[in-house]
Amino acid sequence: MTNAIEQAALDHALGEAAVPVSLLPEQAVEQAERRTVEIDSHALNFGPQHPSAHGVLRLVLEMEGEVVARAVPHIGLLHRGTEKLIEYKTYQKALPYFDRLDYVSPMCEEHAFALATEKLLGIEAPDRAKWIRVIFAEITRILNHILNLTAMGLDCGAVTPALWGYEEREKLLEFHEAASGARFHANYFRPGGVARDLPAGLEERIASWAKEFPSWIDDLESLLTENRIWKQRTVGIGVFTTEQALAWGFSGPCLRGSGVPWDLRRSQPYDNYDKVSFEIPVARHGDCYDRYLVRVAEMRESVKIIEQGLAQIKPGPIKVQDPKFSPPKRAEMKQSMEALIHHFKLFTEGYHVPPGATYTAVETPKGEFGVYLVADGSNRPYRCKIRPTGFSHLQAIDELSRRSMLADTVAIIGSLDLVFGEVDR
Amino acid sequence: MAEETARLAGAASADRLGALAFTLSSSFPGVSSAAVERGELVVRADKDVLIPLMTLLRDDPQFRFEQMMDLCGVDFPARKNRFDVVYNLLSVSLNQRVRVIVTTDELTPVPSVHGLWPCATWWERECYDLFGVLFSGQPDLRRILTDIGFEGHPLRKDFPLTGYTEVRYDPERRQVVREPVSLTQDFRDFDFVSPWEGVLTLPGDEKAHELRQIMKKLS
Repeated sequence: MTNAIEQAALDHALGEAAVPVSLLPEQAVEQAERRTVEIDSHALNFGPQHPSAHGVLRLVLEMEGEVVARAVPHIGLLHRGTEKLIEYKTYQKALPYFDRLDYVSPMCEEHAFALATEKLLGIEAPDRAKWIRVIFAEITRILNHILNLTAMGLDCGAVTPALWGYEEREKLLEFHEAASGARFHANYFRPGGVARDLPAGLEERIASWAKEFPSWIDDLESLLTENRIWKQRTVGIGVFTTEQALAWGFSGPCLRGSGVPWDLRRSQPYDNYDKVSFEIPVARHGDCYDRYLVRVAEMRESVKIIEQGLAQIKPGPIKVQDPKFSPPKRAEMKQSMEALIHHFKLFTEGYHVPPGATYTAVETPKGEFGVYLVADGSNRPYRCKIRPTGFSHLQAIDELSRRSMLADTVAIIGSLDLVFGEVDR
Repeated sequence: MAEETARLAGAASADRLGALAFTLSSSFPGVSSAAVERGELVVRADKDVLIPLMTLLRDDPQFRFEQMMDLCGVDFPARKNRFDVVYNLLSVSLNQRVRVIVTTDELTPVPSVHGLWPCATWWERECYDLFGVLFSGQPDLRRILTDIGFEGHPLRKDFPLTGYTEVRYDPERRQVVREPVSLTQDFRDFDFVSPWEGVLTLPGDEKAHELRQIMKKLS
């Protein structure tokens, strides 16, 4: 009986070809014709001008149809020789280069260099400066996460989060501007403290913003977290196990998304991070969705840290009270000859750092950002190696995106939070 | 509470680093020195024992450095083995760091550790690109950061900051051209040895200067 039907279908198919071959029963197709379709594996240039490449990433994708067989990143298009330039600058003049590395979280990068220099000099910032640094490092973290999450949403087709996020970022950038005078390239954290004290009223403004901000996170989550399309684009995409994440040198949200409860702010606390209590969000699956969830939860924790910082910060000096390391007040220079000499010496010669080496790392929004600083006793760093976070994340992209669809690669790049100022240095 | 645990953890790790330094320097042949410098464990080793040493550091339950966070070169042109190759390892399970330093020259390769940590591949490429340090057993030793067709290794101390060539687009020839660097103003490199603290002896001040030198020697 069935054979008869199949035969009829086959006859029909061969005779008129009205029914597409794909709709015929399997057996019938085999009898009808056996075709081997060869899909050419071809290379696809992704970037460096593609908006989803998050900067100047040139990714050469070897495609098998719609599936990525191999992903080869080409970097270095934004290489500016920062490490070489720093070797020719005094320690103070080297600091602004750090803003220009990861330009999405400038103050956190400065933090690493300031701490490394302080360690070699053997000085410690006063308490108020430490609190200011903690508060602004967390503001920077939120700035970074807003941009990353909303840009990742944009890559996956969600436009609204980006529109809302930019408004919120603007408020935070105003805090940056009020404290340092610049919206992005702040040059605010210095070895021995911060450049200047917070202007009057800024603490209250930050506090009132911190009250409102969690409801914005709720709004963001209402757009994405349970969104069916968002979950289809990110759940189970770019899965990295704990072992893989450790072997590939992951850090920050990407490591925590793969189930490692590791945060330098907790495990190797610097400045005043040991005086605040906060949770470390960890996820288990290691996919793009988990990395997204970790970042959202981290923003909430950052708000908590900012609130605790504002509650504990007290008036006081904001830089080391040693004229050999921090410049004197302007008013003082009008009166005191010594102050004028110190100012002149600091801004021409700078300070001499005793010989030694240190690897100092901080938890930037993207992960571990380290500075390996070698001093030879002169006023310029002998070697300043910058350990960028995205470098090792990007390296793993071949492993992450192999056998995934082309569109998933976009989600993976978004979830890794790459900034090329930092990767290429 | 949080403060207390952090303080205790810090104290414990300082003691433990000392113990680790002792274990390494006393029991591992090829380790020339292991010490705690500024609270950081620094191990200097011979490059021939790098692979067994790194394997031990990664797999031994006492060390468990699962992650290689950083690899970089440092150039000391005056030395016979002019390059330091510096590995910064991190253990997330035991919360400790170690810095392993090996030395090499322009021609002798350092064994590659990409088999232990796959992320070493790019770091080694970067070190090769910027310093010209060779890595044996590295399957992908290409330039990574510098431009296509770039010559030289820019982070060596004898490579000038300005470089040798500059690249621009020539609208007449309609192509990108490479030319020797021409600066409109000489590169300014200041000598910061202060006449107040340095070697300069002011006229009429010779005796005081001599005395200072003697005092310096005595102290």
